[in-house]
Amino acid sequence: MLWPVVRRALIFLVSTLVASLLVFWVLDNGCEPARVALGTGGTPAGVQALCAQMGLDRSLVVQYLNWLGGAVRGDFGTSYVTRAPIGPGLLDQLTVTLWLVFGSMVVALLIAVPLGMASALRNGRPTGYLLSGLSQVGVAVPAFLAAILLVLVFAVNLGWLPANGYVVPAADPLGFVAHMLLPWVSLGVVQGAVLARFVRSAVLDELGQDYLRTARSKGLTPVRALIRHGLRNAAIPVLTVIGVNLVTVLVGAVIIERIFTIPGIGNGLAYAADRRDLLTVQAIVVTLVLIALLISFVVDVTYSVIDPRLRTRAAS
Amino acid sequence: MTELLSTPPGRRSDRRVSPLIVVGAVLVGFIALAAVVSFFWTPFDLLYLDYQHRSAGPGVNGHWLGTDLRGRDIASRLMVGARTTLYVGIVAVGIAALVGTPIGILAGMVRPGISEFVMRTNDILLAFPALLVAIILAAKYGGSVTTAMVAIGVASVPGFVRVIRAGTMQVMSTDYVRAARVAGRSGPATAVRHVLPNVSGLIIVQASSAYAIAILAEAGLSFLGLGAPASVPSWGRMLAEAQSQLTTAPLTAVWPGSAIALAVLGFNLLGDGLRDRLDPRLLGR
Amino acid sequence: MAPTPPLPTPPLPTPPLLSVSGLTVTAGVELVHGVDLELAAGERVGIIGASGSGKTLTCLAVAGLLPPELRVGGSIRLDGVPFDLVTAGERQLARLHGSRIGMVFQEPMTALNPTMRIGRQVSEVVRLHTSVGRRDAAASTLELLAATGLPEPERVARSYPHQLSGGQRQRIMLAIALANSPDLLICDEPTTALDVTVQATVLALIDRRVREENAALLFISHNLAVVAEVCDRVLVMFEGRVVESGSVEQVLTSPDHPHTRALLADAELSTT
Repeated sequence: MLWPVVRRALIFLVSTLVASLLVFWVLDNGCEPARVALGTGGTPAGVQALCAQMGLDRSLVVQYLNWLGGAVRGDFGTSYVTRAPIGPGLLDQLTVTLWLVFGSMVVALLIAVPLGMASALRNGRPTGYLLSGLSQVGVAVPAFLAAILLVLVFAVNLGWLPANGYVVPAADPLGFVAHMLLPWVSLGVVQGAVLARFVRSAVLDELGQDYLRTARSKGLTPVRALIRHGLRNAAIPVLTVIGVNLVTVLVGAVIIERIFTIPGIGNGLAYAADRRDLLTVQAIVVTLVLIALLISFVVDVTYSVIDPRLRTRAAS
Repeated sequence: MTELLSTPPGRRSDRRVSPLIVVGAVLVGFIALAAVVSFFWTPFDLLYLDYQHRSAGPGVNGHWLGTDLRGRDIASRLMVGARTTLYVGIVAVGIAALVGTPIGILAGMVRPGISEFVMRTNDILLAFPALLVAIILAAKYGGSVTTAMVAIGVASVPGFVRVIRAGTMQVMSTDYVRAARVAGRSGPATAVRHVLPNVSGLIIVQASSAYAIAILAEAGLSFLGLGAPASVPSWGRMLAEAQSQLTTAPLTAVWPGSAIALAVLGFNLLGDGLRDRLDPRLLGR
Repeated sequence: MAPTPPLPTPPLPTPPLLSVSGLTVTAGVELVHGVDLELAAGERVGIIGASGSGKTLTCLAVAGLLPPELRVGGSIRLDGVPFDLVTAGERQLARLHGSRIGMVFQEPMTALNPTMRIGRQVSEVVRLHTSVGRRDAAASTLELLAATGLPEPERVARSYPHQLSGGQRQRIMLAIALANSPDLLICDEPTTALDVTVQATVLALIDRRVREENAALLFISHNLAVVAEVCDRVLVMFEGRVVESGSVEQVLTSPDHPHTRALLADAELSTT
């Protein structure tokens, strides 16, 4: 029971190191940061001096290890664009983004599970076609288009909800929800449509299983048989998709945060990328990738908890 | 007996072309047509600014879909924007297919240990969605159509590797390939003679889905101002510009938004329809 | 008139337990064409036929477990049930399943839920139809498992299906099917997927348990020897129709229909 978890944890650790090294290598740009820091007034000699002072002339591996040493303590260095340390602001931004992603995932599941189940149970009938057509259209709508349309209807025309902005939940819980509702739904509706298709096919697979017929032969109606015996098994493929899609949602949040001016990590990333603030971009990208890999690690472990076949196979 | 039960009624319709493919092909064809026509003709000159009719509604002064904030014809810009969308998609998917297919085939044919290593590396790359790679490249090199294409292409490689590897492993386990290997056919010859023709359907299906994702990613990048420069019309940028005048001229946002959604829908339907026609054994999950 | 041996089925004074008439199954085309069938309480009837003859469809239709895209016509009546099973609603059927009709399927490897412990899968059927508490249900689960001859019922109850062999799983299916002492047990090729050595013991178990529970048995098989061992009467199906019926002895020793003769010839070939 323990070894497979340890094994997966090791894979997670190595993957994180490889991924961060990859980011570091791709974003390495020689003395360019020194040039950006000095702006238009920098002379070649000045740039050279600052470059050496910043340690940018050392080998990539040394730079990486230095950076890594700081990063594990939450110190991502000082931005040469804003001249402020990167670490402290990052945590606040991350908290905001995690609220956004978590809420939208809840919305997505609230849409996907009933929609997917209903379209599987009505498969081959008009309602079934209608429901899968609906999710097909939902998949094609980018989250930022959903966001614009939702703002248009609920903020501009009806005036029920604020069009943008952010309120700290501790200060004003109701205001927080009011400001987050449209972002949550924007990201959640699209994800819900994507997930609904997987829920549908997972439930369809379940409906064809022999043990569901057994459950009915025991005296359960088809719907109760599905809920008691099918959902747990259907959850396994859906869980994988949620894991993979969380990454997409996390990155999709970049655009949503921009539209609703939410001070999350995505907004920070777009802002930093626009200003060519490579050190900040690096810190945020590594954080996002770390979360992505952490999610797939957690999904892997959860898997083996849900499916007893995997548990014993891994143990033997 | 059980065969009867497991074969759902209506299998006879397999030979007909599914409505999914038809609708998908019509949507994609329509967008491609608009892009091609835009090379020779657009309703208005792209640079023409109709100052008297800014943010106009459909039909005003001969503008089919109206004009934007600066009085530019939306229909003309949508047509030229289709060019950007299709161009970025073709190059991105081309990169992904050309890099991902050989790696996937190789990973499906080598020893399990090496295959496992390739897939672990692939999993790491899966943690970098197209938008993230594009932002990284845009931060380093500045936003452009080229960085967008390369970023989306690179980010689509892992998807290809995964699907093609699974298909290759299916083909490799068939009796005729085993027989060919036993008869002494070499690895590369098997790959070209047996594996490639059998996974070509998978490549097309995956390309179609990847194209839909590429369109979404390109639109997102342009929306953030990290894709095509302001001089090149693109749907994502048009949508971003429309966002500022949502209260006064909401339709200017609806047109490019619908264009993006229809293009994605078209490629998704095409991919789904082709997948349904494909040999189900190759999709073995 | 040559003196015929006394038949084991005397004329029925009481209404039959199960009475099927004009049963059809349709999926685009008609697959089962008007099957008639009667079962007295405690009677054991076999249905034999090659694959594709409609025997599994017939028995799934009787059990009310066909997939929704298959349409059933005709009439199925169960003694003491006021409605026709063909037109009954899902809830009405569910009340009969597991209490008055038990069923064992062909594939023991896939018939049990892979993510649920055996004990819960058996106790579920007990608790669905009786008002016993969790603890009593667990106790009767162990009794049921023990009755099917499984060693260490406590350990089996704690296991997951993948930890058991095919023969063991089929014993558990039988325990589930007979948990509430049904009047009718339907077995669809229960031994076909098992090893030859296990087949005989599972067959003997079915034979013994049905006798103990005093249930009627509807037994589907393509294997004549198996049917001869557990059944009194046999129906032969061919292309969706019952082409011959009678006592086991009569049908197997002097078959009327050419298809029955072909089945017999095949069986002889495969045994030699």
